[in-house]
Order: sequence, then C-alpha cells, then structure tokens
Amino acid sequence: MAEMKYTKDHECVYVDGDVVWVGITDYAREALGDLVYVELPEIGKSLTKGDDFAVVESVKTAAEVYSPVDGDVIEANDNMPDDLELITKPLNDGGWIAKIKMSDTAQLDDLMDESAYKEYVENLD
Amino acid sequence: MSAEKNSQQSAIELTQHDMTDGNIGLHYEENLLWEKERADHPGVDLPEPQNLALRTGGKPRGDIGLPQVSEPQALRHFVRMSTWNYSIDHGFFPLGSCTMKHNPRLNEKLARLPGFAHIHPMQDESTVQGALAVMHDLQHWLAELTNLPGVCLSPAAGAHGELAGMMTIRRAHEQKGENKKRRIVLTPDSAHGTNPATATTCGYEVRNMPTKENGMLTVAAFKEALYKTDPDGADIAAMMVTNPNTCGLFEKDMVEIADLLHEAGAYFYCDGANFNALVGKVRPGDFGVDVMHINLHKTFSTPHGGGGPGSGPICCTEELAKYMPVPTVIKQGDVYKLETEGDRPETLGRLKGYHGQFGMHVRALSYMLSHGADGLQRVSEDAVLNANYILASLKDDYHAPFAHQGPCMHEALLTDKIQKENGVTTLDIAKALVEHGFHPMTVYFPIHIAGTMLIEPTETESKDSIDRFITVMKDIANGAKAGKADEFHSYPQSTPRKRLDEVKAARQPVLRWR
Repeated sequence: MAEMKYTKDHECVYVDGDVVWVGITDYAREALGDLVYVELPEIGKSLTKGDDFAVVESVKTAAEVYSPVDGDVIEANDNMPDDLELITKPLNDGGWIAKIKMSDTAQLDDLMDESAYKEYVENLD
Repeated sequence: MSAEKNSQQSAIELTQHDMTDGNIGLHYEENLLWEKERADHPGVDLPEPQNLALRTGGKPRGDIGLPQVSEPQALRHFVRMSTWNYSIDHGFFPLGSCTMKHNPRLNEKLARLPGFAHIHPMQDESTVQGALAVMHDLQHWLAELTNLPGVCLSPAAGAHGELAGMMTIRRAHEQKGENKKRRIVLTPDSAHGTNPATATTCGYEVRNMPTKENGMLTVAAFKEALYKTDPDGADIAAMMVTNPNTCGLFEKDMVEIADLLHEAGAYFYCDGANFNALVGKVRPGDFGVDVMHINLHKTFSTPHGGGGPGSGPICCTEELAKYMPVPTVIKQGDVYKLETEGDRPETLGRLKGYHGQFGMHVRALSYMLSHGADGLQRVSEDAVLNANYILASLKDDYHAPFAHQGPCMHEALLTDKIQKENGVTTLDIAKALVEHGFHPMTVYFPIHIAGTMLIEPTETESKDSIDRFITVMKDIANGAKAGKADEFHSYPQSTPRKRLDEVKAARQPVLRWR
C-alpha cells in the first residue's frame, strides 16, 4: 500500500520515491465546502517547508496550501481548475494539486501517518 | 380562491407582465430594462441626425441593443430597485468588524451648509479658511484620540489608509537606507484580509503569526516570528495588528510586543477598523502604535456601504509624520494652509487628488463636537456593553469560544459548533435570519476558527431591537436543536429569490444578459 502522510495544516501527501504528491485532506475539504477556484504553483518554484504554494478557494473562504517539505515543484495538476471535483478524489487518482521533488526525504519523518492524523483531527475543536 | 393561491397566481401574472404599479399587491421583483414590454420606445423623439459621424464604432445606435424607455420608466426602474437596498436606515445591521452604525442627521445638515457644500478644491486657500479650519480641527481630534500627532486626512477609504500607512513605513525605511534588508511584515492569523494584501502591495513578504487558544497574539508567538530568519529581527519592516482583534478581544500584550518590535527597528501598524471599541478609552499611541488608519465611516458615523464615500485618515508618530502623504493642513499664525511637497520634502508624496473626502471630514467633526470627549467615551462603553449583552444572552445557545475568558469588546463571536451536530451550519443560520427579517451578521470571519459568526450591534441600537434579535437567534438555535435541518436548508423561503446556488454562481458565473 502506498504511503500516505499528513500535516497539521491538513495537507495530505502521497510519497512516490523522492517525489511527494500534495493535496488536502477530507477534513480540510469539509471545512472549506465546495471549491470554486484553485490557484496552482509555477513549475520549478523552489519551496521551503511551510511555504504556501497553492490557494484553494470556496464560497466561504480562501485557504493556502503549505509545502510539507523542502523541494521544487515539478508538476501541477492542470486539470483541477476546470474540474474542481477532482479534489474529492484520492491523491493518486486525480486529487493531487502539485508534485514536489524533495531535497531531504528525512523530512517525511516529521509528518503524521494516518492513525496519528486521525487522532489529531479528533482532538481538534 | 385562497389568499395563498391568489398570490401565487398573481406572481405568475406578474412575471409575465411588466412589474409596475397597477398590478396586484406590492411585489419585490423587477425586470431588466431590456425586458420591459416596450423597451424600444424612447421617451424623446429627436429628428435623425444629419451629416454626423457615429461614435458607436460604426454601428447605428439602434443596433447595439440599448433599451429605449421613457424617462419615468427608467426613473421608476432604478428608484424601485434602490428601495430594496437593506441599510442601517431600514433596520438592525449586526455586521461585525464593520461598525454599521446610525449616521446622525445633524452631520448631514452641517455637510449641506452652502459654505461647505458649494466650495471647490481648486479655490484659493484664502477663500476657504473655514473649510481648512474644519480639517485642522479634525486632525487635532484624531491626534488627541490616538495620541499620534501626525494626521493626514487624504486617504479615501480604510484600505487606502492602510496603504498610506504602510507606504509611510516603507518611506521611513527607505530614508534610513534599510528598505532593502527589511522585507518582512508580520501579521497574526486573525488579521483582516486587507492587512496581508496591503503588505504585499507594498512589496513586502507576509509572515503569519498564529494566535493561541485564547484568541490572542502571545509574546512567544510574536518572538518566534520576529527572530525566525534573523537573530535581531533586522529583516522585519513592520507588524500589522488589529486591536481589538477580529475575535472581538483586546490584545493585552501589545506594549511588550511593541517594545520588542521597536528594539528590532521595525514599526507597528495598527488597523483602526475596530476603533469603535476604544475611542475615548484607550489611545493606540500609548500601546506602541506608530501609525494607524481610522475609518471615519465606521467609528465617526459618516455614511458607508454603498452610500459612502469612505474616508480613512492615518495618524502617526512625530517620527513618521514627515514621511506621510501630503497634503495636510497646518496653521501659521491665524492662517490655515495646505502643506504640500514643497513644505515637506521627505513626504512619500500624494496618494489622492485634492484633499480627501471633505464632506466626510465635516460629518466626522460634527459627530465629535456633538458628542464631546465624554460622549465619545460613552459611545465605546455602550458599544461594548451591547455586544456583551448579546454574548451573555446567546452563549448557552451557541458555542462562544472565548466567552469563558471574560467580556468581549464591541463584537461578540459565536460559532455553529453545537448546531452543526444537527446538520445546521453558519450559512443556514444566516439564511434563517434573512427569513426572519434580519440582515445576517458577518459569517465565516475570522477565518482561523471554524464556522464563525461575528456580531456587532453598535451603541446606537435600542435594547428593544437587540432583544428582538436575541429572541430570533434563540428561536433559530431551538429550531436546529429540534432537528429541522431540512427546513433550514430551504431558507430563505419568503424572499423573491430563494436559496441561491453560490457554488454554481462562482464556478459558472453568468456575466452577461442573454
């Protein structure tokens, strides 16, 4: 099974070698409501962990998507702006926003696994 | 035929015909001018022009599809629509972070005095000494209320004031040769959206500071952001903070934070949108603010929200005063004079044509003088009292994240946490308020807490009108508790337009007629 990781800011990460596919979690999607706009990052953009690289906007609010790792954007999901329902799909089935090539794979250890994230979300509010 | 059926039928008839007087009942519906029954009948017949070049890109006027109706038709069309505008003059307007309060009519009377209303900004200064005296007096009142002696009245709105304030800070860093290394502006996650937008517009990078469980900025979170990329904070240009903040809480650690910020060589910008809670009670200059804007159209009761124009003067320290925009009004002996670039060469320059929204200056000064210093104190006391009355009345019906900490300032913050368990969200509650004849409060702001509702009654609402609002809010909470989620999802039902599909409207906007 593919490895999934999660951040405290509700990004979800699909690890594919030294590349991460980044999207947002179900919790984030439900908090935002239906999306009306996604702003994608430029290819080649260099990111430090915690930098915002994309914006997801719903009728309620706009939220930034933060990079879970240091690295460079190598691909953005160009299909998403025209088909915002893609965000509801699993990361590796169209739900990803961008792919980032990591410069330090050890940073993955700082992220939560599924059960840790589940517990984190349950203790929110 | 039952009354209900009758009205249904007449609604159908009305949609088939032109909605004008002479039909049954008063109906809030209005066709576009193009959809009028006879939209090709101009009210005025003019002979065909001879030997005149068309200025419509070669197309005859008749071909570009402009509706042609008579003057009374056009007038009624627009006047009818204007009566649908819900405003503070129609009813209670509980918008948080916005201070929609009553605009006393005395202000209007004074602004219409011919000596104020009929002057022109290009008149010679010697002929408008009274008008300049009004601006000078207003500068004085703002300086006194903020304890910030430099005042520039020209910014034309709150966001324009923010821009003027941040450009003043940037100008100061430029003059000190530090602008190149100071690239970061700190804002808390509870900030008004205009704060990071203004910092970005001024070319700065925004660094977010998380607020803690108690909704406030802490010294620890501030320090972490201040020293994150430079041990002395030497890459920080400024901090932008709203106080009271957008959770309706007074930021208590401002003096300590401001001292550390100043030690690092950066400036403190205060967003003055919530000044209504402080006026006459707290002077922002006393808690370390270097520059702030004041929304005359909020705190000082000048018209606002479609009726505008806004007016967002800035107040700043003696140090920054030389950099702020021109013009300002100065008094030399007995003569009032506009201070311009020639008088103050270090200024960042001019940000607005002429001298600002002079009509608003008259109204704001009228408000200040008619209330007096003691009256302005009562304004903020009553604004805070009313908000706390609402908070205390509703905190058992709605989740109030900060109510256990003590009183709020002029805004009460609730969330939909309790109602959400029954499938009723903040949006549904807002729509239910529309159904019950109230304008909704601010919803989903501030954004860093889920499902927020920010309520600001202001000092001008009577206890009766606040009680009516509280009663309706309690009814709504009870309805949600009783499991009426489906009914909530259908609100509003009694308006000409029902629940709109906001997602579809945003995803597939129809931006033209036909």
